[in-house]
Amino acid sequence: MEKFEKLTGVAAPMPLVNIDTDMIIPKVFLKTIKRSGLGVNLFDEMRYDRQGNEIPDFVLNKPQYREAEILVAGDNFGCGSSREHAPWAIKDFGIRCVISTSFADIFYNNCFKNGILPIVLPEEQRDILMKDAEKGSNARIEVDLESQTVTSSDGEVFHFEVDPFRKHCLLEGLDDIGLTLEKSASIDAFEAQAAQSRPWV
Amino acid sequence: MSPKTLYDKIWDAHVAHEAEDGTCLLYIDRHLVHEVTSPQAFEGLRMSGRTVRAPDKTIAVPDHNVPTTADRVNGITNEESRIQVDALDTNAKEFGIHYYPVSDVRQGIVHIVGPEQGWTLPGMTVVCGDSHTATHGAFGSLAHGIGTSEVEHVLATQTLIQKKSKNMKVEITGKLKPGVTAKDITLSVIGRTGTAGGTGYVIEYCGEAIRDLSMEGRMTVCNMAIEGGARAGLIAPDETTFEYIKGRPHAPKGAQWEAAMDWWKTLYSDDDAHWDLVITIPAEEIEPVVTWGTSPEDVLPISATVPAPDSFKGGKVDAVRRAIEYMGLTPGQKLSDIEIDTVFIGSCTNGRIEDLRAAAAVLKGKKIKDGLRAMVVPGSGLVRAQAEEEGLADIFQEAGFEWRMAGCSMCLAMNPDQLSEGERCASTSNRNFEGRQGYKGRTHLVSPAMAAAAAVTGKLTDVREMM
Ligand code: SF4
Repeated sequence: MEKFEKLTGVAAPMPLVNIDTDMIIPKVFLKTIKRSGLGVNLFDEMRYDRQGNEIPDFVLNKPQYREAEILVAGDNFGCGSSREHAPWAIKDFGIRCVISTSFADIFYNNCFKNGILPIVLPEEQRDILMKDAEKGSNARIEVDLESQTVTSSDGEVFHFEVDPFRKHCLLEGLDDIGLTLEKSASIDAFEAQAAQSRPWV
Repeated sequence: MSPKTLYDKIWDAHVAHEAEDGTCLLYIDRHLVHEVTSPQAFEGLRMSGRTVRAPDKTIAVPDHNVPTTADRVNGITNEESRIQVDALDTNAKEFGIHYYPVSDVRQGIVHIVGPEQGWTLPGMTVVCGDSHTATHGAFGSLAHGIGTSEVEHVLATQTLIQKKSKNMKVEITGKLKPGVTAKDITLSVIGRTGTAGGTGYVIEYCGEAIRDLSMEGRMTVCNMAIEGGARAGLIAPDETTFEYIKGRPHAPKGAQWEAAMDWWKTLYSDDDAHWDLVITIPAEEIEPVVTWGTSPEDVLPISATVPAPDSFKGGKVDAVRRAIEYMGLTPGQKLSDIEIDTVFIGSCTNGRIEDLRAAAAVLKGKKIKDGLRAMVVPGSGLVRAQAEEEGLADIFQEAGFEWRMAGCSMCLAMNPDQLSEGERCASTSNRNFEGRQGYKGRTHLVSPAMAAAAAVTGKLTDVREMM
């Protein structure tokens, strides 16, 4: 997995609440059997008309946000379907960090598996960053995972929480499966004991 | 021993390893797999030379992409869909996991097939690369959706890296009024808590109204726990549960059944267990409901009117404005005046035999409104067969419904069953997101009985007027 350490970049504002994974990547793009190449279809139905032309009003189509690396979003981002195609599309577009007041559970997990950092901040702080993002490409936001801080373009610093294990994996770019396989002995032991206590499983 | 919730008990029985910071490896008893979220996971295994650790605990069935017309036996015409289903075929064979191909009468929606075949049992951990895995919680099993990387992780290790969630109790006291169903319960709960209300929690549903539900109804309730943001929904197993499981193909038999029952009977929340949050709703306050917006939390009784955006707070004001525009509605409009073009009965929320019975009871001897498109997609081949045997298929067809083969169908419209632009559907599925049932399609979530009533009148209708 790609490491995540520090990022300074343009943030795109998406204040809508409850942005679901169907919006992030509509189902027609789930028919792929690959993980890559979904970036062009990120937010497809909001981003393009039926003829495939860009809708100029949509944030990621505006010149100042085309290179956005951060998304500042409304509450409960990523709700709905478990599709990991959502973080794959976000990452493929070039966004490595999403900031909101809350995330849906499965989406939140999926981000960490793909080198994306989801940051939860209180509403007031998220709103400050939303305003910042609205300023366009001159307002660059800085995200530092090591120190667990987000710095606005005005130099205001916000601290965020992140699970230590997930932080470690993201900083080092560690592969979960590899880590778990190191604990195979524990899994073997558990399985042997479960075969005794719950043989019907 | 300190008192525990049902969730605590199942969790404790499955921790294979716990790190100092509380990160656990949770052992997974059942892993359900479908064609859309698994190809990349199997490919990952192959690329790293890994194998499926417990093929016997892994069950695959294609459901999301499959056509629901009878001619599907001749093959899937859509190339991308066919590639995904073929990939599942190949992967199932190569890795030696249990498999129900499209041609098998037992094929159906993964969350209907699992319980039907007796794969889902109380006290288990169940995962699937699908958010509605929560359905299996109806059996008192800890069941939740995972992403594709986690699918790969479970395939390779039979565990999941997890931290424990908090405990929430949702109690529905007393008895439901006539015409009110499990779907109305679960939608009403989300209407109160919001789609993020359950974030960070595992919900246990309890109370008299939940106890009174059949297994089918309990599955409907737990199915939508995810729509309330919860990691999982649970209902403690009881005689209703045991009765449902007994004799199913993969349920324990003989001495194993007795041993299992001994444990299953201990699976309930202790009286003085700790709850981080408790929500109590008197059953009599629950009405038949419909959704009016584009989030499952946009729920109101059928007797209500379309709300005004300004009656909401914060970011929701804009979201409601957008939703009402998308849905083509006007604030103040009566919900029972909303005309529909399509009715969809099916999905893992409401595609079981009892759902079809409830809809057929309303439709018996009636016809659907002229010009309406109405479709029943049974949740599995076995549900379909049983409905045919009980004469339900005839009732649907005589009323003017199409009688389809099993699959997810118009719940997410990945196959050809889709709404066209602006089309409005009364649907028994679980998500009314923008474009969920087709580009610019408009979805109103309802119970099967309410869907049937809407089919007859051509508008959203209070089913109690037809009872
Ligand atoms: S029926 Fe709908 S919600 Fe259920 S598994 Fe299929 S697509 Fe998902």
